[in-house]
Amino acid sequence: MPRAGTGTGGINMLLDISRGALRYSPIAILLIVWELLGATGLISRQMLPGLGEIFGELVAAVVSGDLLYNCARSLMRAGSGLLCAVVVGIVAGLLMASFRPLRLLINPIVQIFYPMPKSALIPVVMIWLGLGDASKILLIFLGCLLPVVVGTYNGARGINPFMIWSARSLGASKLEVIHEIVLPGAMPEILNGVRTALAFSFILMVSSEFLIATDGVGYMISSLGDGGIYPAMFAVIFFVAGIGFLADRIYAAFARRQLAWREA
Amino acid sequence: MTTVAMAADARHEAADRARTGIHIDNVTHSYGARASGRGVVALNRICLDIADGEFHALLGPSGCGKSTLLYLIGGFLPIQEGAIVTTNGPVTQPGPDRAIVFQNFALFPWKTVKQNVLYGLRKQGLKGEDAEERARDYINLVHLSGFEDAYPSQLSGGMQQRAAIARTLAVDPKTLLMDEPFGALDAQTRRVMQEELRAIWGRSRKTVVFVTHDVQEAVFLADRISIMSSRPGRIEHVIDVSLPRDRGEDTLEDREFIHLSEQIWRLVREQAVAATRGR
Ligand SMILES: Nc1ncnc2c1ncn2[C@@H]1O[C@H](COP(=O)(O)OP(=O)(O)OP(=O)(O)O)[C@@H](O)[C@H]1O
Ligand SMILES: [Mg+2]
Repeated sequence: MPRAGTGTGGINMLLDISRGALRYSPIAILLIVWELLGATGLISRQMLPGLGEIFGELVAAVVSGDLLYNCARSLMRAGSGLLCAVVVGIVAGLLMASFRPLRLLINPIVQIFYPMPKSALIPVVMIWLGLGDASKILLIFLGCLLPVVVGTYNGARGINPFMIWSARSLGASKLEVIHEIVLPGAMPEILNGVRTALAFSFILMVSSEFLIATDGVGYMISSLGDGGIYPAMFAVIFFVAGIGFLADRIYAAFARRQLAWREA
Repeated sequence: MTTVAMAADARHEAADRARTGIHIDNVTHSYGARASGRGVVALNRICLDIADGEFHALLGPSGCGKSTLLYLIGGFLPIQEGAIVTTNGPVTQPGPDRAIVFQNFALFPWKTVKQNVLYGLRKQGLKGEDAEERARDYINLVHLSGFEDAYPSQLSGGMQQRAAIARTLAVDPKTLLMDEPFGALDAQTRRVMQEELRAIWGRSRKTVVFVTHDVQEAVFLADRISIMSSRPGRIEHVIDVSLPRDRGEDTLEDREFIHLSEQIWRLVREQAVAATRGR
């Protein structure tokens, strides 16, 4: 579309927004079905509260500061666990790919633990670290670690060996090759692994707070549910879903920028 | 020849006084587990001495082990049997004294053309404006000016190959290993690059080991030509190219050039025919 003068900027933005709205219009269909099911009495209002009511609760929870406080607590846990997992996972994956003894040692461990549902570890981390933040951060760390390790390892192993040879013959040491060639070369797969880990961090954040927490969005959902305050509970669930969606979109945009060299 | 490139070369002339020769002594190389009998013997008892400052071309049928021999000299593959010695001592690992242009370019795809060239220069300790200028010189030399900031994925195969050549030439290695470096270029560009390579070699007296399928290219560029047999690769003939040092457009019409090309063409053909009979 030709850009003629300053006026088109606004029009383009409007176009972008309407295009985005169109893409997510199936969500609107879902919400309409939701309302119809409740309004016709097919499903009781108890189980599917009206969207207006839920929205009212959402506004109230935001205004009171309750939701934002709990959300911040949750994101702190998810963020710390995820960040540690990304750092440790990338280093471990690179070392595994680069050194055979490490690979032989770690590979079988990874293979056994990869398919295990990490929420099974909730009681374990509670016994180890109690009810505070540490137990949840450890759980999220463990859950996010393997996708990052596996992504990094696969990416690093898949690198064109001639690239490594080139770097070596241009004067790079073996250690320099790891972070100057193997790391960026593995980046597409690392970024995929981290995206999976990001989703896991949200899942584990909420599910661990269901069971062992006195604050956080997971705790809010479970205590509102226990108290039978369903509209408020749905308000928190919607909010968490929105935050998760937003985090994934932002991450995807970040990853696309990192990999601009591929699309050219 | 561009004067900028000449200046760049002159700057590094001093550091480059120590010349190297390459001595390949009874080198045998197999891929895969040889003990199990499923291994492939790629090179069989290769002996070859390449003098300081010699331009040596390797010819031979596809799969005869030309690339393998180059990788061994480069120190990329472990030497299983025999030895390879340069003036820097026995080859045990890769080093910037033996830079290589690979058959498949092996550019770093997340770096632009300029960043690819700068990578090697930085490793040589060159910084700032010096490095930038040298990178620009070599990008000019391979006729890629204007594409400094392009990523490899934005370039044609021939352009990628030229970028890889610039990256390798820029570090000014004592020994230059080239694996069909002009294979992806069109006939005209190929001719220009051949003349420039010959000129660079003439000025810097590098030792060059140059793999090619093109007999005329080998005769035009080289002082000596080795013709290899098909798998397991052996060196069947080593031929002196007794043409004047200064070569250019008229060399191609030189009687001696034409005669030698025909003679070598026949020898290479013999090996290729033997290769098809052997299977
Ligand atoms: N990584 C590998 N694993 C097993 N066999 C290999 C490997 N690389 C090469 N070979 C075998 O070794 C032989 C020599 O290969 P090489 O690549 O050195 O040949 P070449 O002379 O460079 O061929 P071309 O002219 O086609 O590039 C070939 O027959 C090939 O099948
Ligand atoms: Mg080859």
